[in-house]
Amino acid sequence: MTFEYAPAPESRAIVSIKPKYGHFINGSFVAGKKHFPTINPATEEILSHISLGGASDVDKAVAAAQKAYTKTWSKLSGKERGKYLYRIARILQERAREFAVLETLDNGKPIRETRDIDIPLVAAHFFYHAGWADKLDYAGLGHSPKAYGVAGQIIPWNFPLLMLAWKVAPALATGNTVVLKPAETTSLTALLFAEVCQQAELPDGVVNIVTGDGSTGAAIVNHPGIHKIAFTGSTDVGKKIARAIASTDKKATLELGGKGANIVFDDAPVDEAVEGIVNGIFFNQGHVCCAGSRLILQESIADEIIEKLKVRMSKIRVGDPLDKNTDLGAINSKEQLVKIKELSAIGDAEGAERWSPQCNLSDKGFWFAPTIFTGVTQAHRIAQEEIFGPVLSVLTFRTPQEAIDKANNTPFGLSAGIWSEKGSRIFWASQHLKAGVIWANTFNKFDPASPFGGYKESGWGREGGKHGLTAYLKTGKETGSK
Amino acid sequence: MATKKQARVDVKKTYKLFINGAFPRSESGRVFEVSAKNGDFIANPALASRKDLRDAVTAARAAHSGWSKATAYNRGQILYRIAEMLEGRAEQFESEIALTSQITSLKAKSQVLDAIDRWVWYAGWSDKLQAVSGATNPVAGPFFNFSISEPQGVVAIASSTSFIDFIDAIAAAVVSGNSTVVLVPGSLAVPAMSFAEVLATSDLPAGVINILTGSLDELAPWAASHMDIDGFDISGIDKKKRGALKEAGAENLKRIHAFSTGQSPTRILAFMESKTVWHSVGV
Repeated sequence: MTFEYAPAPESRAIVSIKPKYGHFINGSFVAGKKHFPTINPATEEILSHISLGGASDVDKAVAAAQKAYTKTWSKLSGKERGKYLYRIARILQERAREFAVLETLDNGKPIRETRDIDIPLVAAHFFYHAGWADKLDYAGLGHSPKAYGVAGQIIPWNFPLLMLAWKVAPALATGNTVVLKPAETTSLTALLFAEVCQQAELPDGVVNIVTGDGSTGAAIVNHPGIHKIAFTGSTDVGKKIARAIASTDKKATLELGGKGANIVFDDAPVDEAVEGIVNGIFFNQGHVCCAGSRLILQESIADEIIEKLKVRMSKIRVGDPLDKNTDLGAINSKEQLVKIKELSAIGDAEGAERWSPQCNLSDKGFWFAPTIFTGVTQAHRIAQEEIFGPVLSVLTFRTPQEAIDKANNTPFGLSAGIWSEKGSRIFWASQHLKAGVIWANTFNKFDPASPFGGYKESGWGREGGKHGLTAYLKTGKETGSK
Repeated sequence: MATKKQARVDVKKTYKLFINGAFPRSESGRVFEVSAKNGDFIANPALASRKDLRDAVTAARAAHSGWSKATAYNRGQILYRIAEMLEGRAEQFESEIALTSQITSLKAKSQVLDAIDRWVWYAGWSDKLQAVSGATNPVAGPFFNFSISEPQGVVAIASSTSFIDFIDAIAAAVVSGNSTVVLVPGSLAVPAMSFAEVLATSDLPAGVINILTGSLDELAPWAASHMDIDGFDISGIDKKKRGALKEAGAENLKRIHAFSTGQSPTRILAFMESKTVWHSVGV
């Protein structure tokens, strides 16, 4: 017998979305000149109109951030800076439900994730970094490490408010001021965060938010008043930024793409591993740079795992992101959906075998059923390129060394997973994997105390933990001090 | 009848490259001339080619696995052994530096002794870096989570013409387990190749340090765009020329750094990556 679920929609009454938004510069909202619509990707309903920031808007925001840095923020003690961050953390907790609903509306991810993962982690990031503000002398970077000044921060659409928190919290804790640009399709929670800054009475100009597209981002990257770039997004854009700042003194941290390997050894706890595989690739519609998008199975257990995985996948509930029972929400944009379809078609063409459970997908909005490809080889493009969607490529191995060689065989090096009940094997594998974040018998876990970032073409630097502070402070390397 | 003793003819050294523990000539057959301050001929070191660079990178990549997996204690001992060999040949380095550069014998002497002390300083970091740079992270959940630092892989070094800069850059890169391809400009070729002889007699595994002499204007852009080089120390490159190298290095997001100071653990950590591992905790 099957159990049907009645709809359990979260009310959207808690949010009020304005018909039009400006930029948040120097503590207040200023009207933009041009606007573009932002939609709910689950319904294609236009939610609001967002300002398209140009060079003059970026100029104003940078000027405000510079002034705030010189006049107020750099003069404030760490203790006082920290208290602002604590205030922000508390207000975010108070307004958590509002943020969760708004994020789900604008991004398409399930309310279960925004409510239980994104927004709680956002508050945790501010709370964690608040405590660092007056303890930087103990971070191992020498006495009284200095901020860079104005940080230009460009964030993606997959975790809109969480990526804002990853960027803004450490920047403010270390004494920098910021000009942040949210992603084109997901600006709403960043603009609501501007209200939180107002409620927290954060000094004007410490946080500035300029909305827009790639051209707005480029204006931030190329602005001479910016001292530090923090970017999360694609490896292609990351390389462009690296080139753009090559002949400047700007510092950069880049959190870029990945093609995470999730390795399952023959002694793994099978049911837990299946759950971890699902969480690794279908969490947030697979719009996760550290997703476990390559499943690498020991040959002797491959059939058993794939069979159980298919059963588990057929239980994934795809649909209304505001429904509290939904597991897989909408693809964030039409553009992304096209990219997922293209790469999946290439998987078919290259001879991999595609499987998806039966799903009733809505005609409105952007949807893609959870999908696995078996019979994938290392040369296949779906084993090398980031799909950034709910699509899993399955490869197999015989010896542990083969698993490692396959796992490391991409230009990326962001994440990896290991499933085994044998402690020594887990440590061996984690030593040999070239990845910045490794999950053993778990996957896709995040915490403000835990550094995050990749090897090789997955980027530069770390965010979170003690390591993340170095991204926003001058170290001996720059100052020439011993 | 007493015969007058003839003046002895010196046996001079042929200067070659140092790749994979051996001393090959440049495959290109090219050399350049190094002269003394007074203009006297000193040597014809090899003018390394792009193919020599590729060979050196191949050797460095092959050596990386073993060197990075050697115990920190073992790496520390091998590096200390290099300091012992340097000390024994200190006078040779002093005279080579004094002969080929613009500094006085006295300054050359103090530079060589400082360089040996620096090398010892770096050697001692091998088994202390993790204590300084690593962390256990108190995450909110049933996980044991820690961060460790690992060497990046193959690091290229564009050295300045100063012997002590050359020593700093190599020591900082290899102590953590990186292997290196060192690009040596101009007259530094003379002491640099003597340093290679030190390395060859110090139990350092072949390929961990490879030394190419020649022109940085030629070699550095090739290194910057080489896709199998992970990090690039460009401290020896003129500031105006650094931007172009960083631009070329963006293709594989090379970690490219220049340092204004020699002695710093920051310099070691710049060519390491932090790895964070989450372990589930449960019974």
